[in-house]
Formats: sequence, C-alpha cells, structure tokens
Amino acid sequence: MVLWPMEASADKEARNGITQEAWRSDELASSSMNRLRFVAKPPMDLKVCIIRVGGTNCDRETKRALEDLGVKAEVLHLTRLLREGNLLEYQGLVIPGGFSYGDYIRAGAILGKQIAAKLGRELSTFIDDGRPVLGICNGFQVLIEAGFLPGLRDSEAIQQAALTTNSSARYECRWVHLLHENRGKCLFTSIIPYRRVLRIPIGHAEGRFVLLREKEKEYLDRLIENDQIVFRYCMPDGVAAMGKYPFNPNGSIYDIAGVCNPSGNVLGLMPHPERAYFGWQLPDWTRFGKPPAYGDGRLIFESFVNCLRRF
Amino acid sequence: MEGSLSWKVLAKRISERFEVYRFNLREASDRQLLELSEGLGIGLNLEEMKACQRYFEARGIDPTDVELQTIGQTWSEHCFHKTFKGTILSPKGCILARNLFKTYIRRVTDELAKPWCVSVFEDNAGIVEFEGDYGVAIKVETHNHPSAIEPFGGAATGIGGVIRDILGVWAEPIANTDVLCFGPLDYPPERLPQGIKHPRYIYRGVVAGIGSYGNNMGIPTVNGAIYFDDSYVGNVVVYCGCVGILPISKYIRATRAGDVAILVGGRTGRDGIHGVTFASADLSEKSEEVSRPAVQIPNPIEEEKLARAILQVRDRGLASAITDLGGGGLSCAIGEMAHRSRLGTIVWLDRVPLKYQGMVPWEIWVSESQERMLLSARPENVEAILEIFRDEEVEATPIGEFSDKGILRVFYWDEEVASLDVEFLFNPPEARRIAKWSRPRFTEPEFPEPLDLTGFLLKLLASPNIASKEAVIRTYDHEVKGCTVLKPLEGFHSGPNDAAVLKPLEGSWKGLVLSSGMNPKYGFIDPFWMAASAVDEAVRNNVAVGGRRIALLDNFTWGNPERPDRMGSLLRAVQGCYWAAKALGTPFISGKDSLYNESPLGPVAPTLLITAIGIIPDIRSAVSVSLKNPGNPVYLLGRTYDELGGSHYYGLMGLKGGKVPRLRIAQARGNMEVVTKAIDAGFVRACHDLSEGGLGVSAAEVVLSSDYGLELSLEALASHKVPARNDFILFSESNSRFLLEIQRNHQADFEKLARGSPHMRIGEVIKEPRLVIRGLKGNLIVDTSSEELREAWHSYLED
Repeated sequence: MVLWPMEASADKEARNGITQEAWRSDELASSSMNRLRFVAKPPMDLKVCIIRVGGTNCDRETKRALEDLGVKAEVLHLTRLLREGNLLEYQGLVIPGGFSYGDYIRAGAILGKQIAAKLGRELSTFIDDGRPVLGICNGFQVLIEAGFLPGLRDSEAIQQAALTTNSSARYECRWVHLLHENRGKCLFTSIIPYRRVLRIPIGHAEGRFVLLREKEKEYLDRLIENDQIVFRYCMPDGVAAMGKYPFNPNGSIYDIAGVCNPSGNVLGLMPHPERAYFGWQLPDWTRFGKPPAYGDGRLIFESFVNCLRRF
Repeated sequence: MEGSLSWKVLAKRISERFEVYRFNLREASDRQLLELSEGLGIGLNLEEMKACQRYFEARGIDPTDVELQTIGQTWSEHCFHKTFKGTILSPKGCILARNLFKTYIRRVTDELAKPWCVSVFEDNAGIVEFEGDYGVAIKVETHNHPSAIEPFGGAATGIGGVIRDILGVWAEPIANTDVLCFGPLDYPPERLPQGIKHPRYIYRGVVAGIGSYGNNMGIPTVNGAIYFDDSYVGNVVVYCGCVGILPISKYIRATRAGDVAILVGGRTGRDGIHGVTFASADLSEKSEEVSRPAVQIPNPIEEEKLARAILQVRDRGLASAITDLGGGGLSCAIGEMAHRSRLGTIVWLDRVPLKYQGMVPWEIWVSESQERMLLSARPENVEAILEIFRDEEVEATPIGEFSDKGILRVFYWDEEVASLDVEFLFNPPEARRIAKWSRPRFTEPEFPEPLDLTGFLLKLLASPNIASKEAVIRTYDHEVKGCTVLKPLEGFHSGPNDAAVLKPLEGSWKGLVLSSGMNPKYGFIDPFWMAASAVDEAVRNNVAVGGRRIALLDNFTWGNPERPDRMGSLLRAVQGCYWAAKALGTPFISGKDSLYNESPLGPVAPTLLITAIGIIPDIRSAVSVSLKNPGNPVYLLGRTYDELGGSHYYGLMGLKGGKVPRLRIAQARGNMEVVTKAIDAGFVRACHDLSEGGLGVSAAEVVLSSDYGLELSLEALASHKVPARNDFILFSESNSRFLLEIQRNHQADFEKLARGSPHMRIGEVIKEPRLVIRGLKGNLIVDTSSEELREAWHSYLED
C-alpha cells in the first residue's frame, strides 16, 4: 500500500481517473498536514548547519527542504566552520549528498576522517547532547567512515560497517520503496508509522551496507535488537526485498537503506529525501493529473524539525 | 614529427634562458612553409601560411613559435569555423553561398526576430528569457575526436567543457544532455582497422566518462539519446549539452583597458596540447600515438569548486567579463576576450601556475588543461575575487592586463615572446569549399506485407536504435538538484518520456522543457529532409509534454568538408535547417560544427543534432507518456504517408528506399498548435510523438510505460488518405504526428479543437496490459502483452 500525503484542497478535477486505492487518504496524510500547519511558524532561532566541502552537491535542495519547514538552514564550508564557526550554535546538523573530495580512496573516506580528526570532539558533544545529525547518501558514507554510525559499543573494531560498491558494480539512479522498520527510537521518523512504505530515490555507486565480516551476524542482531535499523529496501507491497534487484538496488545486507545510532539521534540513509520532498518530484505524479503537494521525503525532514524544537 | 625536417633551418632560438624560437618566414619556400606548419603541428594550409608570411614581412620581423601557435589555434576549423564562414562553390566555380552560418542559420533568428532572445551566437552559450530577470543559457558541444582516442577522458572533458561554456555566460549549470553515436556493439573485431578501438570499449568509456563528470559535479543528466550505426565505428560522436540559469542583469561583458586578467581553476599541464588542430583533421591509425596528449584529464571536483566561486563573483558583481578556456587554451581565451571588447592585452606567461616544471612557453600558451576559466576585473576588485577563490580552495592568479592598443603581447621572464595585432588574428583568409550533391538513386523496394506484424514490432523494439537505454540512463544521476519534474524514464515502468521538464526556480511554477531530434538514417538519402525531420522531431518532442516558445541549437558532425560530396550534403542540410526552423517559428540561438570526422573506415554518417529548449507556463500541467485511465479514447494526430525511405522498418529488412519523410509545414504547425491547446485545456492525459518505428513503436512504448493497455484499429484511417498496407501505416515515420490519450468527458471538446488538423480516433485505453491492433480490414495484426513488449525493448542493452 502506497500512500501520498495529498494536498488537503486537491480539487476534484485532479482526481479524475485515479484508482480508489491510490487516493485513500489515511490518518498519516491528514496528521502530517495538521502538523504542517503546526510547524508553519517555528521559531526562526532554530538553526541547522549543512556542512559542505569540495564535491558536496546536494546542499541547496537540502536547505530548500528545511527552509520550507520554517527553520533556518545555513550551508557552511567545513573550513569556515573550523576557522570561525561553532557547531554548538546549531540545533541540528546535516551532512548532505555529493562526492566529497571526489570520493577518492573510498566514498566519504576523506571527509569522514577529516571530521573525525578536526571536528570529532565537538561533534561528539553535539551528539551526546542528543542533537540530531542527518547524513544523506555521501553524508551517510561520511558518518560511517568517521565512526559515528552504526556506533555500536565495541572496543575492538576500528570500523564496524562500510558502504561499499553496489552489487551491480555501477552507479544507480532510481526510485526505491523503503520500509520504515524503526520501532520508535529514531528521531527522524517519529511521525512515520511503523512499517509504512515510503518512495524515495537513490543515486549512488557505493551504497551496499556491509558489516565487519567476522562479526556480521552479531552486529546485525545487535542493530535489530537496539532498534537501530530505520529503513529497509522493500517491494512495492511492503515485503522486504530480500536482496532482490532492483528493489534492493545495491545488495545491502538485510536490505538496509538507513540506520541510526544507539541513541536514535544520528541517522544515515542512502536514499535522498530532499529529492522526494515535493509532490512534483515523484516519478509518476502525472498519474494524479496534478501533482500532490508533497512527497514522502518530507516526512523525514518534518520529524527532524519536530525534534529540533526540543532544544 | 613526420615529414622532412628542412623547416628546422628556419629556426633560431631567441634566449638562452628558455626555449622560444623565431622562424625566418621571409625566405621560406612554399614547401618549407607547409613543413613548418606540419612540424609545429598547427594545421595551417599554404594559403594561410602565406598570409602569415605577408603579415610578418610587412612588420619586418620573424614570428616566434608562440605567435605561430597562436595563429594556428585561432584559425583552426575548431575555433574559427572556417567552413561555415567561408565561400561555397560549385565544381564549376559558381558561388553557391557565402558564409553558410549567416546565410542560413543566423538568418532564421534574424528574420524571426523574437524579442525573448537575449544573446544568440555571440557568447559561449545562447541565452533566452525565462521568468522575470532570469534567463536560460544553453550550449551543446561535440567531443568526438578525443573520445575516439580516450573514451572516458574524452567524453568527461566534453561535459566539463560545455559546463564551463555555461559558467562562461555567468549562468549556474542546472542540467546536462548527452547524445552519443557508436558503432554496433557486436561489431566483428577482425574487421577493425589498425588503430581503431572496438565500439564496445568506446561505448563503455564514453558512458562512464559522462556519468562520472555530471554525477560528480552534481548536475543532472536529463535528456539524451544513443544511436548505433556502422559509420560510427571509426568516428564516435559525443554531443554534450548543458543548460544554465542566470539573472540577466548579472550578465556582464564589459572588459575595459586597465582591467586585470585572472586565470582561475586547475593548473596548466601538458594534457590537451593541440586539441583543436587534432579536432580539425581526419583520424588516422597514427592518431593514438600522435594525438594522445591532445586529450585532457578530467577533474570534476575542481570544476564543482570553480563553479561555486564563479557564482559568488557573479552575485557580487566583482568581475567585468568571463570566458572559459577550451580549445586553444589561453591563446584563444585571451584573444577572444580582447577582441570582443576591441582591446589588446599583456600577458606574463611565467605567472601561470603549472602542474609541473619543464613546459616551454608555447605549451603553456596553448595547453587545453581542464577546469580553467578567465576573468577580467577592475584592479580594485582583484583582492576580493582572490579571496572568494581562496575560500573555495581554488587557485586564482592574475596573469595579465588589458590595454587599449589592440595588440596581443605575451611575455616570458620579461622578454616579449609574442606580439600580434588582434585585428589580424581574427581575420584569417577566407576558406573556399567545393560542394557537389546529387540525389542518390534508390528505388522503392517491393515486397508483400508480412503476415506476422507482431513479430516485426517486437524486433523493432529490440533493435539498437529503438531499444531502451535504461541501462545507461540509470548510471546518470537525473534527480540531483531536485528540480527534475518529468524524468527521462517515466514512473516505475521506466517508459521513454519525449522531453525532460525542469523546475529551476523556487518561487515559480514555470518550467523548462528540453528535447532533441536526430535522424542520421535519412541523411544518406536526402540531407535536406533529414535536417527538416530533425527540427520537427526536436520541436514535436518538446510540444508533446507541453513545451512552447521553443528555441533551437544546431550541431553538425560531418566528414571532411574539403571533399565536395561531404560539403554538398552539409550545404543541403544547412538549407533544410533554415527552411524548417523558419517555418516552425523556432530561432536558432547557438550551435557548433565538428567536421573532419573521417577515419580509415570512411566518413561519419551526416549527423545533425537539433536540441530544443522550450518553456511550460506551469509544470503541473506537463504531460507524460504513460496511459492514465481505461476507457479514455486515443487519437492519432497528423497524417501518415507512404514514405518509408530510411525507416527502421526497411532497415530491419536491409532495405533503404528512396522516399524519406518530408515536412508539411501547414500541417506541422497546425498539429503542434492542437497539442498545445489541448494540453492547456486539460484534455490530454498522455501524449507520445511518433518517430523511429512510427505508430507501431509509439503505441508499444506507451503501453510498456503503463499499467494499462491499448486497443487500436486502423479501420478509422481507411477514409483518410493513407498507404493501403497495414505495415506501412504501422511503421511509416512521417513527421509531425502524435498519439494522444484524451480525457473521456472532453472527447467532443478535443474534436472541436482539432478541427482543421487530421485527427483520427483510433482506439481506447483498456484495463488489460496488452497492445491489440486491428488492421485496415478489421483483422487482428498485433496482439501482445506489455510484458512481452518490455522484454523485447529491454533486450539490447542489458549490462
């Protein structure tokens, strides 16, 4: 079952020719709209920092999404943040998509190590405070490379997980179905019901989530147990993809598309919610006549903004 | 270098400290002149060398290698477009045309005089108005020769170069396009001549190169095509396009005397030496060895940073002009910037940051190393500009200044190594070309109508030029920037949309519509109708999704223009462009030609790419290819003619035919107007143009894009003047036709609106995912499931 949060005032004209199922508006859609009105005027002193370096390229649309929800989003070059900024002035942090430093060595490796080395202490404080950190695509790769995800307590392993070359061995740009599997820990999906299916596009060559081979089973069990799995690739009907291409587009273990840290305030995901924020970004919005107002990606940003309000 | 070394006696080194030579041109014989041209690798012919001889004789000095290199670069076909600006003669010596560019291409624009054209053919890219102060810049380039030698680097730097063209008019790049032509992927390797790489190797490299550059820079690749033909085995064709958006008030080109020339971006190296002279000659088996250094090395991340810095400079209005460093490197960029403002310059070559030591002055001067641009700025703004670049971690170096003397002066370690009149540099001797074209004698084949048309339809769907290109398209990011409204692949069935729609501005629903048209198969029969068909195809693709107010770009890839038959077909194609674009009211705003696409296997197929950029007032009314609702009527708009020459149907049977699709102006305009009006009125639920493979393939593509099916009947066409055979009606590629799904309750309104244009209700959308077509006599001629259609369509490019 796939549902779209529809524009409350969608005119009847637009509904012509759309199957009943596709139009069934449920609680989620309406509650999402109510919330929309609620957050329409959040205090503008809430600030989110979007970090960029050479090769970052999804910062503008990420900023657009956050600002549409009424928070102030500042795109800041990492060198400038290190030189004259203070991370703790911000209530939230996003590491957006792109190819940081050309993704040489390994996707996200250079920026990951740079952040760990130069911003590590500040960022640890930021995270320990419970402030939200979102890594999208390359940002997810960076958070993994920097060691903030999956963040299991383990004194031995240097790196617990990796995002490696897709099993198709090529870049893949496609819309995927995501199963929301978080039972309530993750801050970024607080308004998304458990097992709800979302449609969001991916665009990456290195997105296959793998765990340290010797501890694969142990880590996976702990991720599940800790409620750290947030999104899994699935079939359109919500059944897990079980590795089946192209539903699982990269061969990730357990169809993992996004994980959070044990506290739930750091989320990394390969799909791009900022590319599924508005209804007109959907790959098949023309089915509806007029596009719906928003896409599923908004739900993640909305949850993000909601948890910002707590600081 | 090849040839005799007698020219070396002309050389005299001018300094102990560095390697610059003067050449005693005054006493050189004709033979020595030609050998000198070849020895320096500057590709000038005897007439041009003699013009240099006269110029330096008059000045009473000997030219340096830096000066001769400058002239060679500036006068190359690639930079100056000698053929398009030259005189075309018949074999008997009668003048057929002077300046093809002005007589045919530019004339369309001048005669149409559209007020929304902001800058045409003047700058690095064409600019048209978009919304409010915002304009749209667009450019399409070729990078054929480099891609034949080094596919990945050649294609990637092609994209890199065209992106800089967009930055070079102060625009922010928002989308890329790519149209690629390869030899058949299953070409027998034993038939490849020495020095030619297998099409599969070239295909993989080119596709990866384009994806890598666009993806890394974060610019979506939203429109394109891939074409296969034997003639591309020796001459791969790589068209790279870029679209950008800019506030027109920030479009500044006002270099003044005293302004500082700032070189920004990557460092200069030995990659890309003599790229333009390489691109202005035929490929040979030695190209690999001789011209490898002509291919540049791509670094998209450098360009990403460069773009950020340039846009900040633009927004703060700190610079007085900008241009990119492409063909000819610094020598052309500085010369052109000076020439544009009627100025001269002084350049200190030793200030140019190098990748490594040991480069001689002329190499620095002509190197085409990537990711570099040139700014001019008032001296008081220089420091602010340098600071912006420092913040983005990009190098920026003042290397010279502009003067009002009209002379291009180049220094190296305080010694003058070049001094040229800008006026002389930009007035090369006029090229003369001989054109001859005779209509090839092809006859119409005769064969009975095949019984199994379903089989033919499936074969057509699986044929290389019609089959799905999804395997390639998915490796290009077409979603980054989050502005792609209508994608190259529609929905979850990945159907082929006719055009891409973008929403570039946050505060406006207005959209950009991007499409293209190209029919090399018609070119061997008649280049005039090939050109007219390409224009029609680009425009109708645009109209099919809701585009209007369309501007065009022309890109020619032809063989050696010094051969009369190649020139003859080029002339006919240019005439076709003028006629069709004028008639459809669509001005040309930019273009480029790539000639000398010849290899030991012969010339490239005459390949004209027309790119169309339109606007749509509200992206929410864009129309896609997929069927929306069972029960809706389906119309064919436009008349089908018996003109299957060069069609894919004939091609499948190894036939050519002589009658290629023509363009009927009144009908074309009428049909397109009907589509636009019907879309605006909200009658149209789905639309697809009819092109390769005609009605049969178009209907199949619509079905395989959808959850539903189509039931059509050709009986309704019997009363209209159509060919008397089912196969001809199904597979004729007549121009200006559309397949439309009309909202059921608006059927009468649509018919009223379409009165005056040939429109036929040929069936309706059905719930079952099938394609069912009945013939002229009501018998079943096509019956297949959408699963089968998809399977056939996806069968060619699997990996």
